[in-house]
Amino acid sequence: MNLKNDWWKILLGLFLTGVIVAAFLYAPRAKALGETTRILFFHVPCAWVATLAFLISATYSILYLRKNEVRYDAWAYSSAHIGLIFTILATVSGAIWAKEIWNAYWNWDPRQTSIFILLLIYAAYFALRSAVEDEQSRARLAAVYSIIAFVTVPFLMFIVPRIYESLHPDPLINAQGKIKMDVKMRQVFFASLFGFTVMFLWMLRLKVQILLMERKLESQIVTER
Amino acid sequence: MWNLVDKSIVVFRKDFQLEFRTRYALNAIAMFALTTLAVISFSIGPIQLDTNILAPLLWVILFFSAMSGLSHIFVREEEQQTADTLRLVLPPNAIWLGKWLFNVILLFGLEIIIVPVYFAMMNTQVENLSIFFPSLILGSLGLASVSTIIAAIISIASSRGALFAVLAFPIALPILFSAINSTRLSMEGAPFMDSWSDLQVLLSFTIIIITTSLLVFEFVWKR
Repeated sequence: MNLKNDWWKILLGLFLTGVIVAAFLYAPRAKALGETTRILFFHVPCAWVATLAFLISATYSILYLRKNEVRYDAWAYSSAHIGLIFTILATVSGAIWAKEIWNAYWNWDPRQTSIFILLLIYAAYFALRSAVEDEQSRARLAAVYSIIAFVTVPFLMFIVPRIYESLHPDPLINAQGKIKMDVKMRQVFFASLFGFTVMFLWMLRLKVQILLMERKLESQIVTER
Repeated sequence: MWNLVDKSIVVFRKDFQLEFRTRYALNAIAMFALTTLAVISFSIGPIQLDTNILAPLLWVILFFSAMSGLSHIFVREEEQQTADTLRLVLPPNAIWLGKWLFNVILLFGLEIIIVPVYFAMMNTQVENLSIFFPSLILGSLGLASVSTIIAAIISIASSRGALFAVLAFPIALPILFSAINSTRLSMEGAPFMDSWSDLQVLLSFTIIIITTSLLVFEFVWKR
């Protein structure tokens, strides 16, 4: 590791360690939620990263269709891949929390429904990718699917809450547009959000680099034969 | 504009004539729907269901019937290796519109058969037809639009059958949610304005899917 270029990685590690410690020791508990408040600092950033990854994936899909360059497909695919991991993390952590507070792991709360749909879309995206042999067609079809799915998601955001009533606590997205959080909680929460986002971008960059290297290696092996 | 409509009608007529020679798609989709309906009806037996279950059941049947038959329109071009000729002769948007029109007609044809049978078998009726027909028509338009673009995507992929439903389901969910809700309202005899927001969702979603499809279909279709 080269300290000149990689200082931010060490800093990020220390920063996230600080966030984890602060989440348990520094931040106060919310009255109604008790100790389960602390999931806020890990569950919400996961859900945020999942959404961000989906957004990035759709953006690079559009770019791929416009420019037709392989590296854009690599970005779209990698972002979806990491997004899937964070979606699973957010779903599972949310379900565990729901068991504690609502006494059931799953009850089709709007937030659970929307994250489940995100899971379905990601799963369908990878199922499609694995079913197409030709590399160019695979990239193109996946990009198209990603765009169509992206168009659908805002509809679900508005329709689902009208059908099922939500019990999900809403410190960030609520009708008043205010953040109902204590100052200390807010500090830890935004620090965690920032740390998770930087970590996601790092993971994304690594994943893209690995993918591009693999492709380069494969094409070299093919030409050597 | 009219040029595009003319050309898409050419595609539609071609598919319509091909379909009438074999009647493969209509037979497959109608038999699938009838079988599903029979399975449901048998397993329920003499119990009278309430509208909270009847409306979703109708749309579950329609959704899976659409999934069983509507992909045929593009898969056939690949299987019979006629896709390349079609690519040479007509612009992509005309092809999508023609195939979309065919799927819409096919789905309407299915509903003319299956919906009366459904209500007869389930021993129920619609109280407010002014909600029921718009939601059935708009819901079918939406389902046909989603199916057509997804069919184009999967026609090149392997293991199409399973993949079609998997890809279409998350996209079709807004249609299913709204159509089920307004169908339920129509069975309960609610006033028309109650279903207004559902019908708005169905209409706007269908328009958006058609627009997006026309924008991206070119990329699916070209080789």
